[in-house]
Amino acid sequence: MSLDYENTGEFNANLIEEVLKAYPDKAAKKRRRHLSAAGGASEEDKGEGALSECGVKSNIKSIPGVMTIRGCAYAGSKGVVWGPVKDMVHISHGPVGCGQYSWSQRRNYYTGTTGVDSFVTMQFTSDFQEKDIVFGGDKKLEKIIDEINDLFPLAKGISIQSECPIGLIGDDIEAVARKKKNESGKTIVPVRCEGFRGVSQSLGHHIANDTIRDWVLDKGEAEAVESDPYSVNIIGDYNIGGDAWASRILLEEMGLNVIASWSGDATLKELESAPKAKLNLIHCYRSMNYICRHMEEKHGIPWTEYNFFGPSQIAASLRHIASYFDETIKEKAEAVIAKYQPLVDAVIARYKPRLEGKTVMLYVGGLRPRHVVNAYEDLGMEIVGTGYEFAHNDDYQRTGHYVKEGTLIYDDVTSYELEKFIEGVRPDLVGSGIKEKYPVQKMGIPFRQMHSWDYSGPYHGYDGFAIFARDMDLAINNPVWNLFDAPWAPKEQPLAEAAE
Amino acid sequence: MSSLRQIAFYGKGGIGKSTTSQNTLAALVEMGQRILIVGCDPKADSTRLILNTKMQDTVLSLAAEAGSVEDLELEEVLKIGYKGIKCTESGGPEPGVGCAGRGVITAINFLEENGAYDDVDYVSYDVLGDVVCGGFAMPIRENKAQEIYIVMSGEMMALYAANNIAKGILKYAHSGGVRLGGLICNERQTDREVELSEALAEKLNTKLIHFVPRNNIVQHAELRRQTVIQYAPDSQQAQEYRTLAEKIHANSGQGTIPTPVSMDELEQMLLDFGIMKTEEQALAELQAKEAAA
Repeated sequence: MSLDYENTGEFNANLIEEVLKAYPDKAAKKRRRHLSAAGGASEEDKGEGALSECGVKSNIKSIPGVMTIRGCAYAGSKGVVWGPVKDMVHISHGPVGCGQYSWSQRRNYYTGTTGVDSFVTMQFTSDFQEKDIVFGGDKKLEKIIDEINDLFPLAKGISIQSECPIGLIGDDIEAVARKKKNESGKTIVPVRCEGFRGVSQSLGHHIANDTIRDWVLDKGEAEAVESDPYSVNIIGDYNIGGDAWASRILLEEMGLNVIASWSGDATLKELESAPKAKLNLIHCYRSMNYICRHMEEKHGIPWTEYNFFGPSQIAASLRHIASYFDETIKEKAEAVIAKYQPLVDAVIARYKPRLEGKTVMLYVGGLRPRHVVNAYEDLGMEIVGTGYEFAHNDDYQRTGHYVKEGTLIYDDVTSYELEKFIEGVRPDLVGSGIKEKYPVQKMGIPFRQMHSWDYSGPYHGYDGFAIFARDMDLAINNPVWNLFDAPWAPKEQPLAEAAE
Repeated sequence: MSSLRQIAFYGKGGIGKSTTSQNTLAALVEMGQRILIVGCDPKADSTRLILNTKMQDTVLSLAAEAGSVEDLELEEVLKIGYKGIKCTESGGPEPGVGCAGRGVITAINFLEENGAYDDVDYVSYDVLGDVVCGGFAMPIRENKAQEIYIVMSGEMMALYAANNIAKGILKYAHSGGVRLGGLICNERQTDREVELSEALAEKLNTKLIHFVPRNNIVQHAELRRQTVIQYAPDSQQAQEYRTLAEKIHANSGQGTIPTPVSMDELEQMLLDFGIMKTEEQALAELQAKEAAA
């Protein structure tokens, strides 16, 4: 399934050394460990399908003085894991800023009536004042929980997302949660995701997973749900622009019964019922592997990773998922693949000629830097560089199965490094976040946001692939890139002369 | 207002900071000085002997009631006590909740911004026992207290605490200009207490301002919520506090940058004074005891 092209490791290795020259020795020494040109895979790894070896240091604190692109633990819990659970109210507990600036930051689509039974695009904060810091905020938190229960009686539960001061002043939010749960009978989840904890948003994911385990699953209050031998959970799909919906239809068409979607378009009941499934299907491994491992240990549910970006990975994933079930499912999976083949052929016929040979650099969070690689290659495009904000070692191991030897790898890249790498490589497309978008476009290079799908999407599933292909074509072949010259390039007709 | 002197009393918890400071300030007011006391302790007991009652309206409790400190007027938190001494308490949360340190910062900023320091000769900060966080170091940071008086005794833990406070002063001495005014020994009747205090003062590059002898009259006065100056103005003990006040008054500009010592040096000093014993000494004594038995 891999496209045939080569990346020049030597060029990339030299580029890394060039970029590191800007740093003091100590900083350069530390940053060098996070950067590399992917090496050759060992014979053993090749046997398991690896194409290269991406051995960089990861999940280490960013060095002072650099502009890191990372987020914090609060972002990981409130923004990623808990935020999309639609029928719960998520309180940003602390001063107003964290809540205000994280309001609707991710495009987690959902069905429901906002303000009545769904609350994803609403924002709740305890808006700490000086007196709450000095005298503690527990009383205020109790009051807010009471008010939420009065104002939004259809909210199924509440999560308390701690901002930094909560940990500093030692508020006992667990005691408040227990008390209010007893009073209201609703699920109240205290999350200790203070932003100063950990090195990136990654710890926030882990803490959020742990609170689902301790305050939702282990409470064991799930009503009996309809569960059959084909029940599965979608885990780690946040339904950005409808991704989970585009995934769900494929699973359902192959005969599986998706009983929970975590956490895009999710309900509290889905979280509670997940342990009834026969298999956990995990898309974003980085943010939700923890809870899958827990369900495996405690509930005996196996889990497997899958990838719904681009037709070759989708087909491989459908077959892999089907391998956990009986012949009927396997046959249906083949039927699904066959059914969408004409769509795939049409998309590739239309866009591959316009995109073939175009080079791409990626810098995203903890999954997509590897997961979207084959989607680009299906369109004839080449990945020349990729990196993660908050990946761990196991993510880089998995990356070796996607990228070629010589590919530029950058972990927790700094703004300076990324800009210099893009300048050195001059790819045809960069896929990263909003902070990176405008500097890259100002360099004259097409850009797509790969966190939010640039207000488009879905990109998952066969439907998503068509949209993905169109979007990449729109970015790269936009005529705007031919409408300007570099300021230092000689002008053909100076305006002053024309006026005379 | 160039003559405004901002002083602070620090020391181990329970050493008698509040008692010593209030008695000293009562003596200073007799000398015609205009004084403002800023209590920086959530217990709000730094002005009890001056007001003859426990301050009820602390800056933070009133601010919490009103909404924030912006909603307060200075008059609401300033109370007038013995011979016109102005008193205010930061107050703070009950033990175990919230952030008392932040409270101290908030309260001091409020007082400064609202002109509490106008028309006084002395501002005295009384800070809770241990400098547990940045908030309680507020009075020794820039533009706050310039002279720190450490209340101590001959007890080992009081000496440790005094040395630690000297470290805190050193930290801000160069950035903010805070100085160590001196040590005040509040007698505990330990062995060789005066000499030990003087020795520590020398090590810390400061001086023993005054040795306040132990006297039960202090306790009698305290039970009546009064300073000794007010309760028994003609007593010997009142005279001691007057002497201390005069010495502090004369100590203007005499503060030094302290030279705190290491733990080892401090312990060596205690060994030299025979207060702590080396392992060999302790062993020898034990053997002597056994032999005698």
